[in-house]
Amino acid sequence: MKKNELHILHLYPRDMNIYGDNGNVLAIEHRARKHGLQPIVRKYNQGDRFPRQVDIVIGGGGQDSGQLKVLDDLHRIASKLHKLADSGTPILFVCGLYQLAGHEFVTQGQKNMKGIDLLDIKTKAGDQRLTGNVVATSREFGQLVGYENHSGQTTLGDYAAPLATVIKGVGNNIHDKHEGARQQNIIGTYLHGSFLPKNPKVTDWLIATAIQRKNPDFKLAAIDDALVEQARLITMKRPR
Amino acid sequence: MIKLTPLIGKTIRVLSRIHGGGSALPGLVVEKIDPNFVAHCLNQLPYGVVVISGTNGKTTTTKIVVELLTSQGLKVFTNKSGSNFIRGVASSLIADIDLQGKLDADIAILELDEAHAVHFVKLLSPKYCLLLNVMRDQLDRFGEIDTTADMLSEIAKATTNGIVINREDPRLLKIGDAQAQKGKSIQYFGIEGSLRKYFVSDDDIHEKINKINTGSDRPEALALLSSISKSRVDFMINKKHFSTDLQISGIHNIYNATAALALAKIIMPEAKTSNLINQLAKSRPAFGRGEMFKIGDSSLELVLVKNPAGFRLALESYAGNKKQVLVAINDSYADGRDMSWLWDVDFLALQNSAVSVTGSRAYDMAIRLEHDSIEVQNIEIHIPKALKSLISSTSSTQKQIYCTYTAMLEIRRLLQKYTSVERVL
Repeated sequence: MKKNELHILHLYPRDMNIYGDNGNVLAIEHRARKHGLQPIVRKYNQGDRFPRQVDIVIGGGGQDSGQLKVLDDLHRIASKLHKLADSGTPILFVCGLYQLAGHEFVTQGQKNMKGIDLLDIKTKAGDQRLTGNVVATSREFGQLVGYENHSGQTTLGDYAAPLATVIKGVGNNIHDKHEGARQQNIIGTYLHGSFLPKNPKVTDWLIATAIQRKNPDFKLAAIDDALVEQARLITMKRPR
Repeated sequence: MIKLTPLIGKTIRVLSRIHGGGSALPGLVVEKIDPNFVAHCLNQLPYGVVVISGTNGKTTTTKIVVELLTSQGLKVFTNKSGSNFIRGVASSLIADIDLQGKLDADIAILELDEAHAVHFVKLLSPKYCLLLNVMRDQLDRFGEIDTTADMLSEIAKATTNGIVINREDPRLLKIGDAQAQKGKSIQYFGIEGSLRKYFVSDDDIHEKINKINTGSDRPEALALLSSISKSRVDFMINKKHFSTDLQISGIHNIYNATAALALAKIIMPEAKTSNLINQLAKSRPAFGRGEMFKIGDSSLELVLVKNPAGFRLALESYAGNKKQVLVAINDSYADGRDMSWLWDVDFLALQNSAVSVTGSRAYDMAIRLEHDSIEVQNIEIHIPKALKSLISSTSSTQKQIYCTYTAMLEIRRLLQKYTSVERVL
């Protein structure tokens, strides 16, 4: 186990890749290199062998049909994901996999989807699609920016804390102004955009949390984020 | 009231053109005062109505089909302004009808946005339809790709005489199979297995290229694109081989031409294929779709990019060494507000070009390029300034602009200062 290797597990890139969530993997790779690390990405699709070395887990959004395609396999690897989460591995779930990481996704008409209980959240299909730019404030990460596009409405249970409070946009549901969820070292969010390239504090947290488990002395390098700052400011000013 | 509709529409059209208003305004007004106006005008046509829809290539394909049929003596009505909503059709109708509301045409070839096509086919049934592809696009409007496929299925259901389908698109193949079982006539256009690698579907973008099916398990194509070399393009039409030079550039546009040939053969089976091919050789790119401008000693190519698949194909077709490139990304409603799509495009093809970025989301684009280690020379949100420095730059005589829809419209307007630009909107 090399100290500067960062093993990134990308869950279901084949069926859960909609809305540019691949950008999250690119952002971790890009930033890990700037921090002097060597990122190694493992793509995992249904039926693949689950890798032994995993430092970060990334899962993206998908269509309803994509969620159905991965659901069985997700339950097959659920115990492995629980083990990773319990040992403190940082995990990012966006949109579709955020929903399935919870207890259940109650859909309209179709069969309900049982989640893998990693996050204490429940999702219910709503009758409107929630789309548009989002700005949300997080105590851990400051202002988060992104774009939401979902019809499922998610509510948090007692063990999950909101990732952020929405200033612009909707977030988890139309009632409580919460966006995303935090539990253990898991982050769940509805934000695309892609999410990580424009929210480098979250990227750095995922990287630092992952690598400090192997190397407690690891320090993040200083990175010039002028371009990202500009992109964030513009995103915040754009119409919904 | 209905008798007055043509007059009212025409008056608004004149007024709005004087004020430089949008092309759809007269259509919008007419739609409000007389919802049956479009159906009423188009139902009179002897060859009926043809709908062309799909995510990418509607404008280019429609332009070519119109040119092919016109060359065979048909009088064709079309919504050629690229205004592909129903009110855009209404606006085009207002321009072309006489004051009695009569349209002097044999056939209507209409380019329709997927969502509007669904409404349109409720107003009147098309005789033929051509379904090009279903790609990830405007998900902020449509939500999911599968939703878009359902919309195209509605068009196919409403079509009475013949459906033309891209056999390389799995979602469309399904639609074709379902309609064939109901006894509808389906024809296909396609591409030779070895060229399929350029048309990676959104389902395959994260797969390795060698996994993509090059086999011959697909239905026989009425029109097949069999090979492309620098100077020549080969087609198989009705199992006969045809070879020609084209002015249209870009693999995706040439594939659109293949679709156009298939549709023209179905509408006019009596037309000689060699005559259609001769006409195709004369067709020029549609506005902003690989459109070429001459400015001084330089050439400037304008390439519309709207979604990941389109952007990938555009880079595949047009990117080259030592070119001066401007990428113009806006996020107005017509462009799509979500920037996620930029992250599903691989920009390595630009690594030997000098690249600058502009548009309301110039900084998003700059970050995206940074992640592919493409150096960005200049970031300028203001499009007129960025265009000016591209044109005045002397570092390369080959210039290219990849632009989203509203950026393309603005750039074409600005280009009038530098060169002659055909007015289309």
